[in-house]
Amino acid sequence: MDEALKDLAEHVEAAIGEKVVLEPGASELVLRAGRDALLEVLTFLRDDANCHFRCLVDLCGVDYPERSERFEVVYNLLSHRHNLRIRVKTATDEDMPVPSASGLFSSAVWLEREAWDLYGIFFSNHPDLRRLLTDYGFEGYPMRKDFPLTGYVEVRYDDEQKRVVYEPVELTQEFRSFDYLSPWEGPLPGDEKAEAPDG
Amino acid sequence: MAEAQIRNYTLNFGPQHPAAHGVLRMVMELDGEVVDRIDPHIGLLHRGTEKLIEHKTYLQAVPYFDRLDYVAPMNQEHAFALATERLLGIDVPERGQYIRVLFSEISRILNHLLNLTAFALDVGAMTPMLWGFEQRELLLEFYERASGARFHAAYFRPGGVHQDLPEGMLDDIAEWSAAFPKFVTDMEALLNENRIFKQRTVDIGRVSVEDALNWGFSGPMLRASGVPWDLRKAQPYDVYDRIDFDIPVGKNGDCYDRYLVRVEEMRQSLRIIDQCVREMPDGPVVTESNKVAPPKRGEMKQSMEALIHHFKLYTEGYRVPPGETYTAVEAPKGEFGVYLVSDGTNKPYRCKIRAPGFAHLAAMDFLSRGHMLADSVAILGAMDIVFGEVDR
Repeated sequence: MDEALKDLAEHVEAAIGEKVVLEPGASELVLRAGRDALLEVLTFLRDDANCHFRCLVDLCGVDYPERSERFEVVYNLLSHRHNLRIRVKTATDEDMPVPSASGLFSSAVWLEREAWDLYGIFFSNHPDLRRLLTDYGFEGYPMRKDFPLTGYVEVRYDDEQKRVVYEPVELTQEFRSFDYLSPWEGPLPGDEKAEAPDG
Repeated sequence: MAEAQIRNYTLNFGPQHPAAHGVLRMVMELDGEVVDRIDPHIGLLHRGTEKLIEHKTYLQAVPYFDRLDYVAPMNQEHAFALATERLLGIDVPERGQYIRVLFSEISRILNHLLNLTAFALDVGAMTPMLWGFEQRELLLEFYERASGARFHAAYFRPGGVHQDLPEGMLDDIAEWSAAFPKFVTDMEALLNENRIFKQRTVDIGRVSVEDALNWGFSGPMLRASGVPWDLRKAQPYDVYDRIDFDIPVGKNGDCYDRYLVRVEEMRQSLRIIDQCVREMPDGPVVTESNKVAPPKRGEMKQSMEALIHHFKLYTEGYRVPPGETYTAVEAPKGEFGVYLVSDGTNKPYRCKIRAPGFAHLAAMDFLSRGHMLADSVAILGAMDIVFGEVDR
């Protein structure tokens, strides 16, 4: 982390330290905030003179199915005045709503629609939370880790009905995902000698 | 006589419309000929790129980036390569960096050639398009000579570029760049003071600095509003910090200024290309570490270890240490960013693509409100939308 980012981290810590947790060790500045404090943190970052993050560059979801709150919502902010970037993260699950940032940044409107569309993350107080990228009438949330890569339905033009019809996916060859994680790195199962070198 | 009831007229624009720049569908609410509200429906070109990348190795993910903004493919690869390199903690040899900057700028000219001329076509001028395509063809030949493909190059890889430039190519690029300014001058002679062109673009779709930042604008859209912000200067990557060039900015933030900014950017790109050609050092083009870059073909005939490296790289790929990064480049359309999360395996855990066109199109409703129906076409043309990157 370079000097300017360290200064910023100290400044943020001093001002709203009780609401955020700084993620240690990262080369980029990452803050974790609770859902309740999220809008307060974003407002501070936007309006404070030493932060001035006026531009919400990106917002996206990340899915960690093994966690109790499986979704992470990641906000990437950019300060043109100070030439700095910062990342704010918050966690949620399938049901708990995240407060919408669209009142603070207009660019959040579509980005939140996208996160809702692809992950099913619900944003409260959003002006227009419709699906964005998927097909009209699409069901499910395709970017979740438990959604199969091939999806559930496929479409084709039916000449008899003179329209496009939806059918369950039929694969001529099953989708293959190879496990490349090498068994040769680290001790082998049952190889006691590996535990005790120079025994 | 009873008062006639006047209702707003709802018009469906696209997805099969020549001015829709691909597959944009807009539901417009019109009050007479004045736009009341626009609801863009996107996603007709959604291919699930991000999902696919999660199931591919880092090397296999590279070609997907060509298919995002297919008008300037190499800039997208650049963002992904830089993000992966940052996670891997590797450096690119100097010649590799120069080649990447050279081709980034060729891509920028490619992009602006298509956008400016298509924009002129949208507002009624056909000739620039015909002239521009001739120049594009010349540039695509350079693409083909370097990578073997005219569009989907897969040339920038994590660690450098795939292969060295063929002999004599730099001289040909220098020859082309000496001849190119004439095209720019000719095109400007057709458009800059053209009465129809100016009537269609001046004061159309004006954006203030405040609004531009609020809507997440970047690239020429932001610079036309008067913000001298360019990632090549502000957060330089590769060898941009050693190269001398200027950032053109606009004054009014309207469609005409966006056009002027892009024209001047082509000239600046030409300066960068000339400097790259002049200063191109010798040496390797890709990192020497065989854990990331494949060994030379000749070595593989001799060395068992090289053969193993090659096999491992093209089956398992390399593993990237756990971590995450948001890395952005100044693509021709604006800030193109990749948010890459690695969990330590050979596949990205999450790869979010931040496309500049997405943010610009989100503001379509805001920009077009109160304008005439025909102006919305001009606004869309000046935004530089390519659906490959908006829909992903």
